[in-house]
Amino acid sequence: MAAVSGLVRRPLREVSGLLKRRFHWTAPAALQVTVRDAINQGMDEELERDEKVFLLGEEVAQYDGAYKVSRGLWKKYGDKRIIDTPISEMGFAGIAVGAAMAGLRPICEFMTFNFSMQAIDQVINSAAKTYYMSGGLQPVPIVFRGPNGASAGVAAQHSQCFAAWYGHCPGLKVVSPWNSEDAKGLIKSAIRDNNPVVVLENELMYGVPFEFPPEAQSKDFLIPIGKAKIERQGTHITVVSHSRPVGHCLEAAAVLSKEGVECEVINMRTIRPMDMETIEASVMKTNHLVTVEGGWPQFGVGAEICARIMEGPAFNFLDAPAVRVTGADVPMPYAKILEDNSIPQVKDIIFAIKKTLNI
Amino acid sequence: MRKMLAAVSRVLSGASQKPKCDLHRLEEGPPVTTVLTREDGLKYYRMMQTVRRMELKADQLYKQKIIRGFCHLCDGQEACCVGLEAGINPTDHLITAYRAHGFTFTRGLSVREILAELTGRKGGCAKGKGGSMHMYAKNFYGGNGIVGAQVPLGAGIALACKYNGKDEVCLTLYGDGAANQGQIFEAYNMAALWKLPCIFICENNRYGMGTSVERAAASTDYYKRGDFIPGLRVDGMDILCVREATRFAAAYCRSGKGPILMELQTYRYHGHSMSDPGVSYRTREEIQEVRSKSDPIMLLKDRMVNSNLASVEELKEIDVEVRKEIEDAAQFATADPEPPLEELGYHIYSSDPPFEVRGANQWIKFKSVS
Repeated sequence: MAAVSGLVRRPLREVSGLLKRRFHWTAPAALQVTVRDAINQGMDEELERDEKVFLLGEEVAQYDGAYKVSRGLWKKYGDKRIIDTPISEMGFAGIAVGAAMAGLRPICEFMTFNFSMQAIDQVINSAAKTYYMSGGLQPVPIVFRGPNGASAGVAAQHSQCFAAWYGHCPGLKVVSPWNSEDAKGLIKSAIRDNNPVVVLENELMYGVPFEFPPEAQSKDFLIPIGKAKIERQGTHITVVSHSRPVGHCLEAAAVLSKEGVECEVINMRTIRPMDMETIEASVMKTNHLVTVEGGWPQFGVGAEICARIMEGPAFNFLDAPAVRVTGADVPMPYAKILEDNSIPQVKDIIFAIKKTLNI
Repeated sequence: MRKMLAAVSRVLSGASQKPKCDLHRLEEGPPVTTVLTREDGLKYYRMMQTVRRMELKADQLYKQKIIRGFCHLCDGQEACCVGLEAGINPTDHLITAYRAHGFTFTRGLSVREILAELTGRKGGCAKGKGGSMHMYAKNFYGGNGIVGAQVPLGAGIALACKYNGKDEVCLTLYGDGAANQGQIFEAYNMAALWKLPCIFICENNRYGMGTSVERAAASTDYYKRGDFIPGLRVDGMDILCVREATRFAAAYCRSGKGPILMELQTYRYHGHSMSDPGVSYRTREEIQEVRSKSDPIMLLKDRMVNSNLASVEELKEIDVEVRKEIEDAAQFATADPEPPLEELGYHIYSSDPPFEVRGANQWIKFKSVS
């Protein structure tokens, strides 16, 4: 008996030694996730975590989402949680707000925010103002999300940026993710927030992959609403942006770095409540400011930043007037050359930075 | 004498017969007879009288400039708010537009809190932040200022009822003026498609502000306007009609058949709001005729007295008690202080840590607490 077990035991030791020698561990390739998949993941995790969360909108269920952002969710969660609506923005936005008042946690998708104008009364008068008007009795835990701003060749009625319009209103929170990490962290925070949150996504960013840091892969990964991120440290000038233009700012910064100009690029992440502290601290360091946005110049996000800089401690640190880079002050044209020149390009950002720095 | 009457009447209850309601896509309507117990009768009487006197007190306070802004009174329409409440449970839900003081009371708030909200004091139900059109209570979602917007909201509350699976229904009210809003038809469509337990209720008081129904609607059969949604038209001045119709409608919704539409034919004595005398688009004779023939409180009183459910003296006693309650509430509403200025920024966001809110200039800051 002992002889047999001895026979068995020795080969095992030899085998395990073999195993140790043959197999070795390599670091995994950095995880790349598109913005679309990041939003999808974020919604999926929150739907799983809290059964009061549900998604409604046009084509979100059986079509997998007009832009495939909600792909797979209907198959997983079914008709009760993922609801296809008729083309009735005012009606279904109101239904979503009512459901939120009654204690559910709806995600209301607008196919694009241009269509939210049909429903804007429900967003502002029924959702944003209610907690205040009721003296704190009636919260409205709702998320309005969808693509915002310019796309490619979709012309005037489908290209408007609503950051300034929604950012104007007390009672709303407004976020504007740029990359995948932003998209996942912000949609999760928005869904968990007990207030109406407008999430301004960007259609052109949906398909863009970004490296997903390990912490972003957690089911509890949240990005706080109201906090900006410094994407790139710099010393000569502060460049503040939100959404897709953040990428253009980083491109401009890379070009300028070769010429010895170091830009500090701030990704706002949240439009309201705006993180002025981060912007001010940066301006007090660099003494120069350029804001970059896709929306129209009048009464825009950049205009608000400039006004607040003037009112705060950073004004005295400016060595030049603050400058805005924005979309052109026209309804978006269709022809490519016209459209390209109606949104801020990298060259426009570089030009504005050099003008501000007087170089 | 009264005690004896009371003892006998507790056993007695009145039976009432009414003509059938007009029906749309319904084989049967609510029952044409019902039983009114003395207890219920007295309760309804007291509630309607309270709403009546509360609205008249609001009229008075408005003329004294103690109430400001918009003030839309519902005197004449008491059978609607009291009758609807009698037909549902406290766990059901209700939402209406801006002529909401009566519903705020029937849904459970006190006259004190309502009047103090009208006078903009800190003891108001919304701490003075909302005013006449923005009062909220448990399972009562206002009080909504934008005509028609409350209807999709109500359908959404009904969606939540269905989602939660608790057999609750949502009463979603709107007026004859609002009935022409597009978003109401969007709500009809989705409620029917998804079989939401929503009772759409058109409170037809014949005038949308200064515009009569004939001048505003191509079809004034509001109970049919839901098209594929079954409907019924109800005498909104008779509280028992309203109650029975509501019970019928609620049972319909609770059975999972989907939404239903009720038109309550009613009348407001006041103009559209306090700035409208209400006689430029209708005659004083018309108003007087409704008062003398169809006043809801008078109708209930006559019915109770004629069935020996209560004596005239008894009801007069209730009148006296109600008057006192209203007086006390008005006293409170006039004496209570305004909300503290420091709280101007409160209640912007729910469940958030405190932050700063900008005032009229950059140096004026208000703290915002949830």
